[in-house]
Amino acid sequence: MDSSVVTPPAQEAPPAAPSQQPQPPRKGAVEGSATWRLSDRIGLATCWALGLLFCAIAVAIVVYLLLQGIKYLKPSMLVTPASGGFSQAESGGFSDAFIGTLIVAVMGISLALPAGVGIAVWLVEYGRPAALARITESTIEAIAGIPSIVLALFGTVIFSSTALGFLSRTSEGVVFGRSFFAAAAMLSLVALPLVVASTREGLSAIPQHVREASYAVGKTKIATVRRILLPTARPQVATGAMLGLGRIIGDTAIIVVLLGATQNFAPVGSAFPLNYLRGAGTTLTNFVYEASPTGNLNQPQKAYAAAFVLLLMVLALNAAVDIVHRRARKAGTWSH
Amino acid sequence: MESLTPVPPPIRRLPLVETPPAREVAPPAAKEGEAGAAQSPASGGFTAARRSIGAPQFSIRRMEIDGVSVSYADREAVKSVSMPVRQGEVLSLIGPSGCGKTTLLRSLNRLTELTRTATLTGRILLDDVDIRLIEPTLLRRRVTMVFQQPNPFPMSVFDNIAYVLREQGSRRVRRKTLEPKVHSALQRAGLFEEVKDNLDHPALRLSGGQQQRLCIARALAAEPEVLLLDEPCSALDPQSTQVIEDLIVKLRDDVAVVIVTHNLQQAYRIADHVAFMYLGELVEYASATALFGSPREPRTQEYVSGAFG
Repeated sequence: MDSSVVTPPAQEAPPAAPSQQPQPPRKGAVEGSATWRLSDRIGLATCWALGLLFCAIAVAIVVYLLLQGIKYLKPSMLVTPASGGFSQAESGGFSDAFIGTLIVAVMGISLALPAGVGIAVWLVEYGRPAALARITESTIEAIAGIPSIVLALFGTVIFSSTALGFLSRTSEGVVFGRSFFAAAAMLSLVALPLVVASTREGLSAIPQHVREASYAVGKTKIATVRRILLPTARPQVATGAMLGLGRIIGDTAIIVVLLGATQNFAPVGSAFPLNYLRGAGTTLTNFVYEASPTGNLNQPQKAYAAAFVLLLMVLALNAAVDIVHRRARKAGTWSH
Repeated sequence: MESLTPVPPPIRRLPLVETPPAREVAPPAAKEGEAGAAQSPASGGFTAARRSIGAPQFSIRRMEIDGVSVSYADREAVKSVSMPVRQGEVLSLIGPSGCGKTTLLRSLNRLTELTRTATLTGRILLDDVDIRLIEPTLLRRRVTMVFQQPNPFPMSVFDNIAYVLREQGSRRVRRKTLEPKVHSALQRAGLFEEVKDNLDHPALRLSGGQQQRLCIARALAAEPEVLLLDEPCSALDPQSTQVIEDLIVKLRDDVAVVIVTHNLQQAYRIADHVAFMYLGELVEYASATALFGSPREPRTQEYVSGAFG
């Protein structure tokens, strides 16, 4: 800091920025920190310790679930529906929960992705009238902060209304209000803020002169968005979608309240596939909860197996995001 | 008009605002006189070699800037500037940072309209038609622009050019039908030989100089009448700069070229006419040799001799 302090110049040079004078071969960061002040060294050590700690926690969770999952998961569980039974051998698998997870994931993200990307494009590229943009922005932030159980409760109000009765089971004029439609609609709200935030980030990172370059050859704003900006922001859009998917897959509260949390599919009517989507169902998260020692089923081995499947899905999503980003990096970016 | 000052004013004196700026366009008759001036060696500390390409063969007036003022909110960035833009010549806008030269350049294809607070008064004519009467997208195909930062689109070299040629956002046009136009645009920008085998490579993997020439090719692909360049070499190394300067001089017969530059040497090397702007005013508009050799305005004299800027 203070250059007037008489110390050898080597003591003052921060290890991160190599100084002008010729130096012996570059030292590693930790070795170089020997010349740091004590408080900095303590800070560095704390960072390392915390980093390693969190790595250890993550690895412990993954490895433990992997081991448990490999031990208990049988491929047949993915294709056998749950059934009544007293022992774990009799109670079948969790195929309905597995398929239910896939259904809510696909339905939820196919609502959240277009809406989220649209909102983000409007906020970043248009944003007029400014007051409406501000309101939209804070609304999205508010949704991001609402616990999903509150969204679920709100969803029951909406989807139990007679006008939306066609989306779920209705008997004697009473709308049940629990179906894949209802759950997916509310789950899309869980994913929406993530898609919006990530897409906005991607769009804002594109230098202004790139937009102008497109306008300067006579392109309209919408053509620029479609052909230049969204393709450029694709990695961030993908990240948002994957994070959103992760949230949808991982949500339990909305499933319990709005999907009925039945053991199996409970189709309504006979028009496939609408009968399944209008009916109640379950997902893996709910199955894990029910199968855990606190749940009604109490079959922890299957809980581990289902949790293992969930974990694999989330890891696959992470890997997919990584691939998208790596491919984008290969295409290069602008120098700033 | 000011009378020529035989002795340059004191160098350290900062420009005074009370000196009336030369707003009037230099009369076209001055052009004949310039040809003689071109032979005389430049004074004012300019020892850089004048480009070898020689005086323009012809000049056709394409654009007419007529009393144009541009304001951002309440700050006036360009104050009542008038000058012609001619095909066959390179017009260079010089001046210190923030003097309004980029704003003036951007108003030529109505890019200033993208800034919400900007307002423009005065007239800009393109082939005798007020540009406010031309659809902006159409105008910007006739008056294209190259920016300071090389900014190819994140797609292949081919698609960068094809994007310009295609209708709004459409992808339907076949590659085969676009190929000749893409190739000719790349050839005009002097890039074809270097990239002809790699047309499908990502454009952002090219070197900085190649990227900038791709941007020029992209701007040329729309077959514009006027090409605007906003400090196209400021992010490039000297070698790439040289290549692009040669290219700009070559292009002046096909399109009217307007180039904003910070680099006086560059303006001296490539420009046929130079407009010196200061604090939003057009201080002096003259041929390059006249402006650098014997500037009429004391402020120009100070700027080109490096007193400020």
